[in-house]
Amino acid sequence: MSFPWANEYKPAFGLTQWLDEKLPLPRFVYNAVGAGYPVPRNLNYMWNFGVLAGFCLVLQIVTGVILAMHYAPNALVAFDSTEHIMRDVNWGWMLRYAHANGASAFFVVVYLHIFRGFFYSSYKAPREMIWLLGVVIFLLMMATAFMGYVLPWGQMSFWGAKVITGLFGAIPVVGEPLQIWLLGGYAPDNAALNRFFSLHFLLPFVIAGVIILHIWALHIPGSSNPTGVEVKAESDTVPFHPYYTAKDGFGLGVFLLIYCAILFFAPNALGHPDNYIPANPLSTPAHIVPEWYFWPFYAILRAFTYDFFFIPAKLMGVLAMFGAILVWFFLPWLDTSPVRSGHYRPLFRKFFWFGLIPTMAVLFYCGGAPAAEPYVMLSQLASLYYFAHFLIILPLVSSIEKPEPLPFSITEAVLGKDESAVLNANPAA
Amino acid sequence: MVRLFGPLVGLFFAVALLWSFGNGAYSAITEPAAPTAEHEFHLHPKKVHFASDGAFGKFDKAQLQRGFQVYKEVCATCHSLKHVAFRDLAALGYSEAEVKAIAKQWGTKQPTFDPKSGERAERDNIPSDFFPVVYYAGQGSPPDLSLITKARHDGGAYVASLLTGYQEQPAELLKKFPDAKTPDGLHYNPYFANLNLSMPAPLTGEGQVTYSDGTKATVEQMAEDVSAFLIWTAEPKMDKRKQTGWAVLGFLLAATVLAYLAKKNVWADKH
Repeated sequence: MSFPWANEYKPAFGLTQWLDEKLPLPRFVYNAVGAGYPVPRNLNYMWNFGVLAGFCLVLQIVTGVILAMHYAPNALVAFDSTEHIMRDVNWGWMLRYAHANGASAFFVVVYLHIFRGFFYSSYKAPREMIWLLGVVIFLLMMATAFMGYVLPWGQMSFWGAKVITGLFGAIPVVGEPLQIWLLGGYAPDNAALNRFFSLHFLLPFVIAGVIILHIWALHIPGSSNPTGVEVKAESDTVPFHPYYTAKDGFGLGVFLLIYCAILFFAPNALGHPDNYIPANPLSTPAHIVPEWYFWPFYAILRAFTYDFFFIPAKLMGVLAMFGAILVWFFLPWLDTSPVRSGHYRPLFRKFFWFGLIPTMAVLFYCGGAPAAEPYVMLSQLASLYYFAHFLIILPLVSSIEKPEPLPFSITEAVLGKDESAVLNANPAA
Repeated sequence: MVRLFGPLVGLFFAVALLWSFGNGAYSAITEPAAPTAEHEFHLHPKKVHFASDGAFGKFDKAQLQRGFQVYKEVCATCHSLKHVAFRDLAALGYSEAEVKAIAKQWGTKQPTFDPKSGERAERDNIPSDFFPVVYYAGQGSPPDLSLITKARHDGGAYVASLLTGYQEQPAELLKKFPDAKTPDGLHYNPYFANLNLSMPAPLTGEGQVTYSDGTKATVEQMAEDVSAFLIWTAEPKMDKRKQTGWAVLGFLLAATVLAYLAKKNVWADKH
């Protein structure tokens, strides 16, 4: 679907005309991310992160496929083969650092993409499906990143795998057999490493598939925008190319500068030193922590320290950790305010900046800290707010808040006036 | 449905969290966590400067050669460098002939296995061999040092601090924690995570090695040199990484400026 004023693809050359008849792939691209896709003219830089996330996926697949040519998924040699890549493969050190930091970069841009969605309520009708597919992508990313971190078979790889697969053991009755079945043994070993490698190779392509659905769903209502006012006329939009290709090009440059500065000058800053110690099932690290992008959810997992009636603390933690992400699936129906953008929602905005954002920061910090006081108590309070924010505060705010007046149109928001607004003004006036 | 069950689920998690919080707060007040000797006497590494530090840092080859000498004469009796090959030493400035000689004269020999006779034997090392693993009969192998500086926070500074940090157990510690006396066969070192380690002080006195470049071999000097060498063994490609990084950042900066100008140009009539 597109707006009636969208540019139409007109092949200029004999070859492209021929191709357009047989397989209109250039037409498809033209309509998806070319001049044939009209986009609101007022998108700010928070709208850059979707393209950047797509770039990160491609980067991870390219570096990952080459790394897989040199890596050996066997518990006896996995660690050594990783060091072989770092030392003896041509530019292997760069590929591995690019891949390890690429995972972090991917999560940074996806978290910003998600928070853009929170603030501007991008999940609201008619864009619920885009949001639901986005949460699916995020879950797949978490699974992929977790299994990728296991592959170097260092201490944190092994113990991280042990802790995370141990979560399945918390499920009543079937938990323990399920955990053994998933691992192919009683503890992570060769069987687990092999299947993690296989799945780590597969899942990025599944993610690519869901991204295609995500973009497909996006093209039905078209992109949202910072005012949350829907597109009304041609003056509200610009063609994706050249306007947003140019803007995304600049965004990509800034992203690459930051990413490469870390890749080349602090490539181990986001990792844990213990993962340069080969996996040793007999020696438990002092603090087992996952990679930084899991810290908020790890904090929620560890916040449940006492059994709640007949529910063991560990099971509560597992339910809450998965619940913390699953709750995002219900956002379109929890937040019932007809106004989308946080800019026009005074109460929502306060809870976003002074509630949700500090809570995420505290959870993030506590998840990386040792499981000791005061971090446990802090993460308990932050987790409490987290669930209250999405499940109690958001529905309440939606019903009691009095939104600020919206601009008539996107054009008016950008230019200060919209001529069609005068023409279409309230007939009573 | 969502608006009915959502708040109920929210309340359920909130009450469970308050329950954990209340219980935790109660036990934190009634049974405060006891202080431990590790917690109070463990020291973070000293500030040590290495030539390879920072975005502009480069390995100091003379120091790496001195550090290799300390490793060879002191550490190598127990600790291997199994991820490093003798040929890699060429990066420290040794000639091909010198590398060959170092490999040939290396104390720990390369184990061999003859699949026809089933016999196990040893042979001299050659440049393409990796530093052989050291075995202690009945005790296994002490930790391999190839990656030690990457495997610890503040790697180089940690190794230098540990090597110079051996001391008598402070009287204050014994007074406060009488049970924390260093057991027989272990050695007190506040830079080690649990304060006591089985390795005795390896660098015992000035002049333990004789540097051919005339540098005075104090314990601090030897500790810093061997730490610098172990930074190199952990990441021999570090110089190339930073060099590449500057070229990449330079290119990206130019490309980003062009992209910004292009964006400004394209959008000129739309603001």
